[in-house]
Amino acid sequence: MKTNSTNYRTCETTGKIVCLDAQRFIKLNAVSAVVFLLFGAIAAILLALTRWQTVHLLDAEWFYRVLTLHGINMLIFWIIFIEIAILYFTATSLLNSRLFSKGLAWISFALMMLGALMTNGIILAGEADVLMTSYLPLLAHPLFYLGIILFAVGALIGVGNFFGTIYIAKRDKTYKGSMPLVTFGATAAAIIAVVALLHGAIALVPTFTYSLGLTPEPDPAWYRLIWWGLGHMSQQINVCAMVAVWYFMATMTTGAKAPNEAVCRAAFVLYVLFINIASAHHLLVDPGVGAEWKIWNTSYAMYLAVLASMIHGFTVPASVEIGMRAKGYTRGLFNWLFKAPWKNPGFSAFFLSLVIFGFIGGITGVTLGTQQINIIAHNTLRIPGHFHATVVGGTSLAFMGLTYYVIPLIFQKDYIGRFWARIQPYIFASGIVLMSIGMSFAGSEGVARRTWDIDAAGIYGATTHLFLGMLGIGGILAFTGILIFVLLAVGTLLFGESNKGRAMKCWGVPETVADLTKEDGTVGEDKSAGEHSAGHDTRGTMVIVVIFLLAFAVYYFANWGALADVWWVR
Amino acid sequence: MSINPPPKNWFQKPTGHERIWLGMAIVWCLIMSLMMPLWHFKGKQNSTGESYIVEPDDFFERTQRFVDNNQVDTLEGVPVVEPPPGGDAYLVARMYSWYPVLQLREGETYRLHVSSMDIQHGFSLQPMNMNFHVMPGYDHVLTITPTRAGEYTIVCNEFCGLGHHAMIGNIIVK
Repeated sequence: MKTNSTNYRTCETTGKIVCLDAQRFIKLNAVSAVVFLLFGAIAAILLALTRWQTVHLLDAEWFYRVLTLHGINMLIFWIIFIEIAILYFTATSLLNSRLFSKGLAWISFALMMLGALMTNGIILAGEADVLMTSYLPLLAHPLFYLGIILFAVGALIGVGNFFGTIYIAKRDKTYKGSMPLVTFGATAAAIIAVVALLHGAIALVPTFTYSLGLTPEPDPAWYRLIWWGLGHMSQQINVCAMVAVWYFMATMTTGAKAPNEAVCRAAFVLYVLFINIASAHHLLVDPGVGAEWKIWNTSYAMYLAVLASMIHGFTVPASVEIGMRAKGYTRGLFNWLFKAPWKNPGFSAFFLSLVIFGFIGGITGVTLGTQQINIIAHNTLRIPGHFHATVVGGTSLAFMGLTYYVIPLIFQKDYIGRFWARIQPYIFASGIVLMSIGMSFAGSEGVARRTWDIDAAGIYGATTHLFLGMLGIGGILAFTGILIFVLLAVGTLLFGESNKGRAMKCWGVPETVADLTKEDGTVGEDKSAGEHSAGHDTRGTMVIVVIFLLAFAVYYFANWGALADVWWVR
Repeated sequence: MSINPPPKNWFQKPTGHERIWLGMAIVWCLIMSLMMPLWHFKGKQNSTGESYIVEPDDFFERTQRFVDNNQVDTLEGVPVVEPPPGGDAYLVARMYSWYPVLQLREGETYRLHVSSMDIQHGFSLQPMNMNFHVMPGYDHVLTITPTRAGEYTIVCNEFCGLGHHAMIGNIIVK
């Protein structure tokens, strides 16, 4: 095998090479990610038990403090730490390359950790009760902004290290032809990350200097526009990375094969090209920007980023169907799906993530982000109802599924508590679904997001409280799911049996993992993929996506109907 | 297999189900794109973002003049003000109250000016569930026509501090 690394091992499960420097930083970033996930989860359960109005656990001050903490730890620290780990993995092992620079990886990690600790410290000290978005003229302690800026710079350096690795892999010809689809998706995520983090710098650096009293106050509307260039685009990094992880997990757990790589890659390119100024979705009922601007930037003429997600929504399950049918599960429409490895937490987490992201997160997201429909959704609980289905039920769950492979393959420890691991994705997924639905319906009843108490208004009835109860119970279930996930991960790192020198203990996937390596153990061009012009049987997937489209259309037009019912306004 | 480099001939046209789905998805995206401009011209609910730069003090002065000229009643110490049909109405958002209470007539159209005296707030009309953003320094003009009589509550739905949940206002439609 050809590699440009002298410091590597060969994975006994996949036959891939693992650069030992990369392995160290994958470990460091992944462990940090899980620590911040736990931190954010503790905050989450406190919030769920406060918004469950009947329980109403925290007082107002701590509610907003913990809400700030929750948003930042979950949406920034957990997600970006694990995404840096994913970037390092996809650029090294999948390209047979070494990591570009150990030094940069250290600097990146140190800055991110320092920034995360600084921001969390100042929030807990009560000096930054400004929520994650820190809308001006609300002002936090300067260290709050400095922490996020340092974190972003660290992440940017990590992304740079990823591009450096791609460069040396190409230069040293460690792989033949085009890069694998998973790495291609990760590259798209990295490109979006650069643009997003630059927006973060543009919004937060002048805010930081203003908080020090050095510069005048930035315009609050300008701040919203630029900040959401960070805030919303970060979610597109998540989407991109998550879809790359879907392809990875589908391959690892079912030997999936994409029906047409050109289509999958084109969809990633659409993300890169048509997701800029995604901040528009947050300004749809704002003053300062006009209707033309709002409508154009909602769809960029014709929803090409939504098209990209709809493409992946077909190609991901279709690649599973093709892989499973090739293994002999050819009966009927859905035999391939029923016989999928549902007891494998890697598979169940990935597939549940796909379903939750598409059916709940995707449909609600596009609908709420429609310019006029936003009038009946802006800043209500419908918004967190939407994004807990995308970034939590979608992205976080997919990354949890990934962890069930990262720990055996990179940390080389076989999981303890395998029964609990098998049920964990189901517990977490059901909790998030319940919570998302509870939030969405409460939001339709007019309940605001980011509000400590709704009874002061004296206008919400029993139905609303029922939905908030759903939110609370869903939150408890989801928290249980995260707790099991974290305990298993930490327990395995401490007490798991080492699998050095042998393949990882299989989660229960017959004849699949073996498919990953060629007979001679090399990883190279996949000959079988050349047959795709012959056409594939993807009837089952076709039925699923048609049901999806019908659900989408019903929800979408029902919302136009609801909008037509309110006061006239222009 | 998506974790290995693809074969050399990976660049192919989509076929079969994938091709059909692509077509359906493109048509759906087009329909959604056209719905917004269509509603902009034909629909009755649009957020046009009409707004003007204004100093908070100036805005408050205008609001006070509006209150002085049109006050009809008092509700729990807050003036109730009825703007002339077709005319301008003013609403001030500040930590933690809405000022004044507005009294409108069903079917009449008003130019409602909303702005903030301090930080960002959210204008959330309940139980209609209509939501607009309120910003300091921006006079946000909503040209509204109440379609149903009743008592409506304004809830603040942008976090504005510890009293945020208690920032409640009223609009009465007769």
